[in-house]
Formats: sequence, structure tokens, C-alpha cells
Amino acid sequence: MKNRLPLLLGLLLTFNANAELRATGDLGIIIEREAGSALIIDTTEHKQLARIDKLGDLSHASVVFSRDQRFAYIFGRDGGLSKIDLLQDKLDKRIVQAGNSIGGAISQDGTLIAVSNYTPGGVKIFSADTLELVADIPAEYADGKLSKVVGLVDAPDQRFVFSLFDAGEIWTIDMSTPKKPKIEKFKNVGKFPYDGLITSDGRFYIAGLFGESGLSLLDLWEPEKGIKRILPDYVKPDEQLPVYKMPHLEGWAVADDYIFVPAIGKNEVLVIDKQSWKLVKAIPVAGQPVFVMARPDGRQVWVNFATPENNKLQVIDVKGLDLQSTLTPGHAVLHMEFTPRGENVWVAVRDDDQVLVYDTHTLKEIAHLPAQKPNGVFFTSRANKIGF
Amino acid sequence: MKKSLLLLGVTLNCLAAEPTSVRQAELRHLLKNDCGACHGLTLHGGMGPALLPETLKGKPDEFLVSTILNGRKGTPMPPWKPFMNADDAHWLVNILRQGPQ
Ligand code: HEC
Repeated sequence: MKNRLPLLLGLLLTFNANAELRATGDLGIIIEREAGSALIIDTTEHKQLARIDKLGDLSHASVVFSRDQRFAYIFGRDGGLSKIDLLQDKLDKRIVQAGNSIGGAISQDGTLIAVSNYTPGGVKIFSADTLELVADIPAEYADGKLSKVVGLVDAPDQRFVFSLFDAGEIWTIDMSTPKKPKIEKFKNVGKFPYDGLITSDGRFYIAGLFGESGLSLLDLWEPEKGIKRILPDYVKPDEQLPVYKMPHLEGWAVADDYIFVPAIGKNEVLVIDKQSWKLVKAIPVAGQPVFVMARPDGRQVWVNFATPENNKLQVIDVKGLDLQSTLTPGHAVLHMEFTPRGENVWVAVRDDDQVLVYDTHTLKEIAHLPAQKPNGVFFTSRANKIGF
Repeated sequence: MKKSLLLLGVTLNCLAAEPTSVRQAELRHLLKNDCGACHGLTLHGGMGPALLPETLKGKPDEFLVSTILNGRKGTPMPPWKPFMNADDAHWLVNILRQGPQ
């Protein structure tokens, strides 16, 4: 038996060599919310290659990719962290690392995976290779209380940055020496930061506030200057509409000299100048924005909405800073993802059980794929981007 | 026949009317997706607390119905009055008390 092993291995290798070659740069993941599964897709052919099951509660899932784009790391709502091998269509490893979790990030050098947790509130950092725990950082504030952690991103110089929802703080962790995480805390950044983004150059971390008006800005080139507040007077407390779905902030909201962010509790997208951090314009839109994402070239910004306007997508023309178009892709438009150079956008339409692909120039639908209650689309091109 | 149906309708109304079966399906959809966005698909909690029989025990129906209809100011819990009436909210509280199926 023992002697046969090399033979078997040899055979396997031959089989593999005959199998269809697959380039990872073309791949992506579609999350199926209720089934708890992920589809591996080919983004050029618009087709499904495989389905990976048993990934737990994916009702709020996000994905990062290893720098070689071979592995996808999926963060589930139930604290699950699953590592998928995109070349072999299989679950490589899976751990359940907390009770309730919200998202994650991969380190600059690709060796560490950080997860942000609601319960127990904090950040855990794992080896990207083995998923073994490297560091556990409880988000402790005021006498032993743990805060929910949101808006976790990677930053240059092997750092992670995140916000403490309950505590109103922003922390940075330097993981240059994995055994000795260096934590820096910024307090009183504002009430209830709900998410954060880092600009694609890795310089500015911006947290959106739920409990009061505006955003909090940290310049990672000059952290000693502390937190700067943006638009602190924009929304008066009595003007804020109830929020039916927490918006998201993503690094892709940066286009031209502006960042585009959802106005919380208002049917507006805010355009903020990246030099002065002043409001340039508030663009009225169909509903409360959830995702506000710039096409990679920055010429358009696409917006989806909270219920009951979640059947719509609106496209903002960045040149004129006004609405260019309104699309109605179907029932419950939950997420979108651009191809690396932006010629297409993939749109997850949960209640229609499909993902639509649009040509962003003609705004016409060019393909669709079946998927069960899809709620997220993630392409391997994220592997090469800070903040994804 | 017509008369007995009518009578039935009246009795139910007095109890706090059950939503129609179509409406029940809508409410289940809302619970899973819209409430689920904050309370978790399985209602084990997220940004909002878990909504399980254990966690709701000891909290009166009226209090929970009012939370659902009016929201809680100063927290992310929004008012659902624009999308449902008191009967709907009562029915949802009952569903929550039964726990995830
Ligand atoms: C935008 C987020 C959000 C959404 C959407 C949301 N909730 Fe809540 N909900 C919360 C938060 C946060 C709390 C806790 C409020 C507090 O701190 O007192 C809460 C509290 C509650 C409570 C009280 C729980 C307790 O133990 O006292 C109930 C009941 C409830 N929500 C039901 C619902 C239902 C039903 C829906 C859907 C129709 C819903 N919620 C949608 C955020 C949300």
C-alpha cells in the first residue's frame, strides 16, 4: 500500500494537468444568504463554476482574498471564518471564532486575517495560512464593558484600523510584530460610529456616525493630530429620518477629488471635498442609500437603497454631480461589484434569486446568473486593493 | 354561510385580528430580511439584540409591540408604524415568542 502512494500521486498530478486550467484573476464569489453557501464564479464567462455549502449564517457576509488570489476568506454573521480554495472548489478550513461577527480584513502582507466581532466585542487576528489565533484584542472600554466593533480595514505598515460602536472610539493596531500588537486609541470620535472606510491610498480612515451628524476622520500620516470631525452640523437631530438599514462605507466611494457617502437618515448622497473636507453637494436620491460605490475609474457612482426603495439602483454622473439614471433591477437589490476596470457591474437581487450583470456604459443588462437569495458579490481583484 | 363568516370576522377582531395569510407571509419575509438585517437572520442578534423567547421573557407584549411600532429614540431601532399596524406587530411578537422554527 505504502509503495502505491507515489504512483497514486503521480496519477493525480496527471489528472490535474489535464483538467481545465483556471486563472484566479477572473474569479469571484457570490454569497447565498439563506442557504449559507458560496458560488465560485468566472467573471468573464458569467458562469458558475462551483458551489461551496455549509458556511453557516451568511446573512451579513463579507469576503477578502489572499494576495495570490487563490483563497477567499468568508466572514459570516455567526462568527464563522471560512477559507475557500478557488482552484480546487473546496472548503480548505473553517473555524467559528466568536458568537456574532460583522466583517474582516487581510493584512498588507497577506499573512494575517483580522475579524471584527459584536459578541464578544473585539478583534481577533488569525494566521491566513492556518487560521490559528495570533492575537485577541477585546474592545474594552469603561469598566470592563466590551464594545461591538465595526468598520475594520487594513492599512499600510501592517496595521488594522477599526471603530468601537458603543464606545465611540477608533483604534489602530500595528501588527509588525505579531506577538506584540501595538494598539493606539482615539477617544470621543463621536456617537455610534456604524462603519468605516479607508481611502485607496491608505491615508485617511473615515468613520460614519449614527448617533450624531457627520463623520470622523483620522489621517494615518499624521495620527498625532487626532480626529477631525466632518459635517458636524449637517443633520439636525430632529431632521434625521428613521434608518431601516445601516448603510455601508467602502473605499470605493472615492472618485475624482471627492468622497461620496450615504447621508444617514436622509435620502441623499453627500459629496465631500477631499482637500477641505467640506460639503460640496448633497445629491437627492430615491431612498436611504446603503452602498455608495464609485466605478473604478471614478466616472460614475452607483447607489442602492434601504427598504422600501430596495428595488432601485441609481447612477450618479461624477462630472456633473447629478443623477444620470435610475434602474430597477428587481426585488431587493442588496449589493454590487464592479469588474476591475469598471466596464461591468454585477448586482445581487435577493428576492429574484439572481445576479444581474450590467454594462456600465450603456446601462443595459448583458447577463444574469441564478443564485439563491444572493446578498453579496466579491471579485478576486479586491486582493490587490488597500481597504478590501 | 355568509353570515357565519361575518360572525367569525367579528370575533377575531375583538381578540386583535390575525393578519390574513397573505399578510402573514409578508410579515415573515419582513422579519427574516428587514428585521434580520439588524437582529440577525436567525434572530440571534447583530447590531440589535437577540429576539429569542429567552431574551424576551418577562417583557410585556405591549412594551414590545410599542417598541416595534414606535422604535426607540436614541437607538438604531426604527419605528415600523409606516409599514404595519398594531395587529401585525402583535402577531410578530407572538412569532418571536415561539422562537425560530
Ligand atoms: C436598523 C437596525 C434595526 C432594525 C432594522 C430593526 N431593529 Fe429592532 N432593535 C434594534 C436595536 C439597536 C434595538 C435595541 C434598542 C435598545 O438599545 O433599547 C432593537 C430592539 C428591538 C426590540 C426590543 C428587544 C428587547 O429585548 O427589548 C424588538 C422587539 C425589536 N427590536 C423588534 C424588531 C422588529 C420586529 C424589526 C423588524 C420589523 C426590527 N426590530 C428591526 C435595531 C433594529
